Amino acid sequence: MVTGNTVDFNKPTPPNQDKRWRLVDATMRRLGQQSRGLIETLHTAQEAFGYLDEDALRYVAASLRVPLSRAYGVATFYHFFTLKPAGEHTCVICMGTACYIKGAPQLLNAMERDLGISPGETTADGKVSLLTARCLGSCGLAPAVVYDRDVAGKVTPQAIRERLAEWKSHDS
Amino acid sequence: MTPEELELISESEHEAQGQFAHRVNVCVAAGCLSCQSQSVKDALDADIKRRGWEKHCQTKGVGCMGLCAEGPLVQTDNGTIYQHVTAADAPAILDGVEGKPVTHLLCPTDIPFFQRQTKIVLENSGVIDAERIEDYIASTGYGALIRVLTEMTPGEVIQEIVKSGLRGRGGAGYPTGLKWSTVSKAAGVRKYIICNADEGDPGAFMDRSVLESDPHRVIEGMLIAAFAVGASEGFIYVRAEYPLAIKRLRTAIRQAERLGLLGASICGTRFSFHIDLRLGAGAFVCGEETALIASVEGKRGTPRPRPPYPAQEGLFGEPTLINNVETYANVPPIIRHGGDWYAQIGTEKSKGTKVFALAGRVQNTGLVEVPMGLTLREIVFEIGGGIPSGKKFKAVQTGGPSGGCLPADLLDMPVDYESLARAGSIMGSGGMIVMDESSCMVDVARYFMDFCMSESCGKCVPCRVGTYQMHRILKNLTTFEASAQDLLLLNELCDLLKNTSLCGLGQSAPNPVISTLRSFAEEYKAHVEERRCPAGVCGDHSEGQP
Repeated sequence: MVTGNTVDFNKPTPPNQDKRWRLVDATMRRLGQQSRGLIETLHTAQEAFGYLDEDALRYVAASLRVPLSRAYGVATFYHFFTLKPAGEHTCVICMGTACYIKGAPQLLNAMERDLGISPGETTADGKVSLLTARCLGSCGLAPAVVYDRDVAGKVTPQAIRERLAEWKSHDS
Repeated sequence: MTPEELELISESEHEAQGQFAHRVNVCVAAGCLSCQSQSVKDALDADIKRRGWEKHCQTKGVGCMGLCAEGPLVQTDNGTIYQHVTAADAPAILDGVEGKPVTHLLCPTDIPFFQRQTKIVLENSGVIDAERIEDYIASTGYGALIRVLTEMTPGEVIQEIVKSGLRGRGGAGYPTGLKWSTVSKAAGVRKYIICNADEGDPGAFMDRSVLESDPHRVIEGMLIAAFAVGASEGFIYVRAEYPLAIKRLRTAIRQAERLGLLGASICGTRFSFHIDLRLGAGAFVCGEETALIASVEGKRGTPRPRPPYPAQEGLFGEPTLINNVETYANVPPIIRHGGDWYAQIGTEKSKGTKVFALAGRVQNTGLVEVPMGLTLREIVFEIGGGIPSGKKFKAVQTGGPSGGCLPADLLDMPVDYESLARAGSIMGSGGMIVMDESSCMVDVARYFMDFCMSESCGKCVPCRVGTYQMHRILKNLTTFEASAQDLLLLNELCDLLKNTSLCGLGQSAPNPVISTLRSFAEEYKAHVEERRCPAGVCGDHSEGQP
């Protein structure tokens, strides 16, 4: 990166020309380019790219001058960060207490059987990712499921299957 | 900002709202939003336009009205509440503001759910527009802050909080006034304020609702706390899983900054305070204060031994005050009405009100605020309306994975910090999950242990290995493969984790097991000796559950 007429060798350059790195840079700048901004920066990177790959972790770690091991440690410690790209659609089943006693396990069982994957995995065709959440805080609507970004309440295995079928027919 | 200017904003807001003959409030908190309440509001707006009522009737997006399971909820200015409203109902509702109410949508408001609540923290929820600071100011918002800045010394503020008897609403119930005075006396170059909005307990959504419905109240509480302890910088650590709460907090901070209620030399005094958001990333252990501090510093959220307590050495090694959302939300009313007023509410040792998230197998699920000391029976059967579909009550779970399951014979116990602790549970942040006879208590214990096992940060051995061992035994119990020997080992492990874990997560992880072993011993026995589950939950078909 060029600052004035001198080249700042300490500042790493982004892994590629993607404009989204500017968002990541902006967050790091806002937090004073300090290691304390690591989690916030990873949030921005994940929001921009959908997940955190090795390039992103290396770039953020180098920019904030923390060891890669620490960036990786933080990214894997917190459930919210993911190192794998998500499928085209995501289906998040809430496993909070209220949802659990109102039938979330049945929803999860049905999905695992239908999709043939476990929570945290994506179907082989990259269509659907199945995830679980600790609690969405939508306990009044238990059991709750998030389809892409929409929260649906009082979900039945039947309803969740219908939504999956809808996703399949829309995209084919 | 002077008291007069604040008064002016309040007056012009009242005037602006008074120009409308009618008002229709639509709940736009997360619960109702996911039932499409935004489309209801849009339909109402469109119909108002069609009728040419733009100057006659106003719609307002407000916060949570409490009865989340019956959403979307709409309230008209004569106090009528409508439930399960759809966009198609808009014309009928507007007809109803001047004529007869729409009977098939009516939500009865004369039931104990609405009548028996005492709203202090939630006084503005469902009443004001969370995204407009003017609406908050019009409901006496920021009045307490101005009063503190112009009339009180930091010592007097702390005295008022001590007098109120307010205790931490995050779960442990540490006296708030004492915490504030420790931080104010601590020596440090800078001091920090943190608001713990990382509501981690599954089955709890009080803090989310407060942040979505009345974010300025939390900011005002933090400002008063900062003035009292001498802090100039604050952080709100909020769950990334709550996008709406984050959005409304950001809006609220920007608005407060614009009016000079947040930032440098607030209201022309020497007091400055800045608030920044930090997004949690989904780690239950970050509810523990030293882990939370590590997370705000950008590290893995692992706790460290205390002392030194954060009040002496917290964020970046400086004295730090950490309180929960609901604790801060209680501060402005305490300053407004005085500590003595607050101390009149509740029981001898637990003052004020508590917000509970009532969920599970109960008729009225949603958010309720009640004075401390009400009995569980009053909350579950009167306010909650009892168990639906004629089933029998089995237990109520309080305090999430750190709490316990309370059986029917404890229903007449008053709900306060001490009583709950004596019964083997905790107040916790306020989640209250009702279970009926279709829930197996061994399975519930396994569920919570599964949670603690995956949320254990791995720093200390008792928690890391102990939760795994306990989970294995509980899992074997639910598949009828455990022996009487295993039950003894389970008991032993409860003791071990409780006494030797580093932080609250491990120390309280056995609580669901201890409380169910105590009150539902015969269920455990049936799983071991008769290899059967009285509730019909466990067995082969439970395979594949997490």
